[in-house]
Amino acid sequence: MPVIRVEDLTYRYNGAEVLSGIHFTVERGVYLAIVGPNGSGKTTLVKNILGILKPQQGRVDLFGTRIEDFNQWEKIGYLPQRLSGLNTHFPGTVTEVVQMGLPKKDPGLLSRTLDAMAIGHLARRLIGELSYGEQQRAMLARALIRRPQLLIFDEPTTALDPETRGIFYGLTQELSRKEGATVVLVTHDSGVVGQYAQHLLYLDKKLIFSGTFRDFCASVDMEGFFGPASQHIICHQHDLKGSGR
Amino acid sequence: MDLLDVFTYGFVQRAMLAGSLIAAVSALLGLFLVLRRFSLIGDGLAHTTFGSVAVVLLVGISPFYVTLAALPLVMISSLAIYRLTQSRKIHADAAIGIVSSLGIAAGIILSSLSGGFNVDLFSYLFGNILTVNQTELLLSVIVFALVAAAVVYCYEDLFAVTFDQELARTMGVQTGRINFVLFLLTAVSAVLAMKVAGIMLVSALLILPALTALQLSVSFRKTMMSAVGFAVGAVLLGIVFAFVLNLPAGAMIVLFNIVFLLLVAGVRKFCAGRKA
Repeated sequence: MPVIRVEDLTYRYNGAEVLSGIHFTVERGVYLAIVGPNGSGKTTLVKNILGILKPQQGRVDLFGTRIEDFNQWEKIGYLPQRLSGLNTHFPGTVTEVVQMGLPKKDPGLLSRTLDAMAIGHLARRLIGELSYGEQQRAMLARALIRRPQLLIFDEPTTALDPETRGIFYGLTQELSRKEGATVVLVTHDSGVVGQYAQHLLYLDKKLIFSGTFRDFCASVDMEGFFGPASQHIICHQHDLKGSGR
Repeated sequence: MDLLDVFTYGFVQRAMLAGSLIAAVSALLGLFLVLRRFSLIGDGLAHTTFGSVAVVLLVGISPFYVTLAALPLVMISSLAIYRLTQSRKIHADAAIGIVSSLGIAAGIILSSLSGGFNVDLFSYLFGNILTVNQTELLLSVIVFALVAAAVVYCYEDLFAVTFDQELARTMGVQTGRINFVLFLLTAVSAVLAMKVAGIMLVSALLILPALTALQLSVSFRKTMMSAVGFAVGAVLLGIVFAFVLNLPAGAMIVLFNIVFLLLVAGVRKFCAGRKA
């Protein structure tokens, strides 16, 4: 049973087609990167997968259940591209936000998760007072604290410094390899995408490519899309780190 | 007159109890509304209350039950505001403006048509907590219990929806249901607040304690509790000073809320300056 199944998904906004006929599956333990130019529908696809947006056509299943009926949300860890409505005066502390929705508050787990993201010292600070990068780390901690089976990250490293970026990728890879978590990563970070992800989905309103990195690197069509130089960079990174999988 | 004599009057005790409960409810809900940029919903619902009271008086329901009778129409208006905000083309402020202007226009037309209850209707514009009756006191107790229970029971969900609605949905929070409850309770709170501060000042009870508490915020729970504390403090001081100085209680309560806000903001700024 695939963790994610997307069938013939079409989404229109104000009559304009943002996604058209998208079809793919993601199996358990796969580390998938979704790439594509700005406005290609990556975030819209993620929001459709999570049921935040409702497609006009097609269906999405998570863990074998239609998204409309899905209720095992504790299995999902999601980090949005940008918090849609965060009020900078929001009086919640980092601790309150990271533990948000957890049925049982475990101080030890909280402390370990915050330390892993190097924000242990910010536990009692208000989330609205933090820099964007610190907020992003807190949101990563929130997504990771439940040890979810499916992690969906929408451009998670945009505001992170290189060191935290490395920690983030390391943690997600560890979750994927050791605990069998499925990771879906929307990213523009072509320099690292090949290092961690096994599968790639290239989107430009339609599904241009879906498959393994090996197939991607061998694809002449993709060379046409990315240009030989970009494709070489992505594939070279994958060869360096990914060959050991 | 001795200041303590104020507390010996039954109607003052009733006003203080009902006023404190209504202010606490408004402050609790107000924090969620202010943080979600729905601050002016109180104004919108107050204007709708004006129209609803006009309908109730036109129908000929006893003024004794006006508060109760106005509730359904205001609740419908509150849900209408919520529904309108679901449209991507109408923002919250515009949705509030639409429902608000409909309420006030209906009130004016109905009062003009009837020609007989203008005095009664306009007395609701300024409210008078000192005239709170047993029905309204009972209603305040029930609404306070309901809101307190809803906030305790749904605290995690309310927190998540206030933080980020989309994220809350991916945590399994039934955001539609939570919003429905929040907007319904706000409608009830606005109708009751009409008695405390009058239609003109209802939104002050929703906004000011929350804003004052946000100046101090150290955590979400403590901010909620301090909002309630400021709201109740303003009601008690407002009623005492209104009684002693023979001034309108609603306006005094709102003034004390503003004094608290200015004081807390001033102290905060002073402390921040010293730290720097």
